[in-house]
Amino acid sequence: MEITRRNLLGAAAGGAAVAALPVLPARAAGKPLTIAVISDFSGPYRDDGGPTSVACVQQAIADYGAKQKGWDVTVVQGDHQNKPDVGAALARRFYDNGADLVIDVPNTAVALAIQGVAHDKNRVYINSGAAGSSLTGKFCNAQSIHWTYDTYMLAQSTGGAMVKAGGDSWFFITANYAFGHLLHDQTAQVVTSHGGKVLGNVNYPFPQTTDFSSYLIQAESSGAKVLGLANAGQDSVNSIKQAHQFGLTQKMKIAGLLVFINDVHGMGLEVAQDLILTESFYWNLNDRTRAFTKRVLPRTPNNYPCMDQAGCYSGTLAFLKAVDAMGGPKAAGNGAAVVAQMKKMPTDDDAFGKASIREDGRFMCNAYLFRVKKPGESKIPWDYYTLLATTPPDKAFMPMKDEDCPLVKA
Amino acid sequence: MMILGKPAPLLFGQLLLGIINGSFYAMLSLGLAIIFGLLNVINFAHGALFMVGAFVTWGLLNYLGIGFWPALVVAPIIVGLLGLILERGLIRFTYKLDILYGLLLTFGVAMVLQGVFTNYYGSSGVSYGGPAVLSGIVNLGFMFLPIYRGFVIGAAIVICFAVWFVIEKTSLGALLRAATENPSLVQAFGVNVPRLVTLTFAGGVALAGLAGVLAAPLYSVNPNMGSDLINTVFAVVVIGGMGSIGGAILTGFALGIIQGLTEAFYPPASSVVVFVVMAVVLLARPAGLFGRAA
Repeated sequence: MEITRRNLLGAAAGGAAVAALPVLPARAAGKPLTIAVISDFSGPYRDDGGPTSVACVQQAIADYGAKQKGWDVTVVQGDHQNKPDVGAALARRFYDNGADLVIDVPNTAVALAIQGVAHDKNRVYINSGAAGSSLTGKFCNAQSIHWTYDTYMLAQSTGGAMVKAGGDSWFFITANYAFGHLLHDQTAQVVTSHGGKVLGNVNYPFPQTTDFSSYLIQAESSGAKVLGLANAGQDSVNSIKQAHQFGLTQKMKIAGLLVFINDVHGMGLEVAQDLILTESFYWNLNDRTRAFTKRVLPRTPNNYPCMDQAGCYSGTLAFLKAVDAMGGPKAAGNGAAVVAQMKKMPTDDDAFGKASIREDGRFMCNAYLFRVKKPGESKIPWDYYTLLATTPPDKAFMPMKDEDCPLVKA
Repeated sequence: MMILGKPAPLLFGQLLLGIINGSFYAMLSLGLAIIFGLLNVINFAHGALFMVGAFVTWGLLNYLGIGFWPALVVAPIIVGLLGLILERGLIRFTYKLDILYGLLLTFGVAMVLQGVFTNYYGSSGVSYGGPAVLSGIVNLGFMFLPIYRGFVIGAAIVICFAVWFVIEKTSLGALLRAATENPSLVQAFGVNVPRLVTLTFAGGVALAGLAGVLAAPLYSVNPNMGSDLINTVFAVVVIGGMGSIGGAILTGFALGIIQGLTEAFYPPASSVVVFVVMAVVLLARPAGLFGRAA
């Protein structure tokens, strides 16, 4: 074949397409089980999910002693690039190649797409990283479980606590997409239902906003007592860093409605101090969380697990226990049956303690309200949070009667 | 006092903030315009090199204890050296090819740089405090301005003017411009044109590095910080007229202001407005506001 520019370009494009396809190792003999971590490995949510999520899944497999049972468990990973179509194609391919579980998936838009694929393929899907409460609402299905947290929980815990503490007037800065709107709407509802007022809201373009100063000035001139940030990842880091520069932190309380410990690490305590936020896991919460973190850290140096990643650990553990109870990996192929089994079994692990899975697929755990420490208060690496309050599961999550989950109605 | 339904102080504030953002657009598009004007290369790695500038600033402090002021000089030099290696090692091979090859190559370089930094530093980035002398806030009457942001405006104006002056008003600049018009003739006069081109690329890239230093205390220093800005910056260069130095500077500031006002009146449109302006300008003046028609 003559080498022309056109041929070269075509070959390059083809090569890139092949390279993007996930490669599944050939199945070894024995009782194979494949767990696929679909996450953001290259974009803004990499530190909240990504390689550390994979490390947590591997830790769960090791802690469960799968090898000692003679199980052959393989972990594969795929980068969804925060694109729903890419995520759905990855999930389809993983399931078709024998994956028994897809886990993690930060980004609600991608999570919703994959939840549909799991249903079509009748395989298990555990979401830990996405926030949208609609995953267990009108989009719920028999193959999917929503671990770790959701927008409703964040709104209840952070929003409710701040209004009770006197923060009764709010101004929101909201990422202009499904997740931001859900978080804003649910928090605004909590604020007003506790007798507070919402004085204003700006929806800023997502992604590609790096400068928040205009919105911060608008927030300041509204005279509100609380600045609610309905965003995540780099956007949270940028908006909090800049609020600090403009001296807003002295005039307003800042509610980071979705801030992970990795974001706090990225900001530094000088900037993040006194921020109020909610997570359902914190590595330095108690002896069990510390023990878990100590075990997993060698697999993920430089990045302590946040609640999303700890949820991957907890979810994988619960999945393995359910599969075991059903007679081993052979049973894992029927997603609806495994999820039904998981809902029957209360969970108890080092990351989340005792918890359970509700009929609609909602993992029911505590929500912890934290204040970020001042630089002088932090004694050891990643010692960032002070616990302010604990919301029990039945208060933290939306009652099933208020959701539209078809599973519950049936 | 109200203007168009918005309190006047708020609008003045937005105007000022727009100028600050415009400073970054101007500094980044300036380097792009120089590289395009003199080398005819569309440098997609510009945003990534801006990011490298910010990371180098952070690294100088964290690994070597070198603060912000020395970093203003050292970081651009390091980024410039990186540009030198890039130009000599890769980019010069695309000069004789279609312009798209340079674009694809630099796009690839950008992705590699971004991937390497993501791998080592993660996505949530690192924190950089900035110089203590400039850390306060000053009350301007209509708004509270962080002193550092005021400094950025001043620095940007000085840098932009200096670069414009060198290229348009000095003999070195004349040489550069001549070398782009007719390289073989200039070579015949005994000028080492390839070396001139290499140094120009390194200089343009060093400007991106310098913008990165100035950005480090303002924004989250993370591997994606350049790719978030680069689209807007390209629009600025296109609106100003590809290769026009003065056009890039003026358009950078103007678009910052337009964006700032959009943020006050209708925030969701603030990232689109730049591209709307670009479309309108291209319809009316295909060569850009300050560009010469080809």
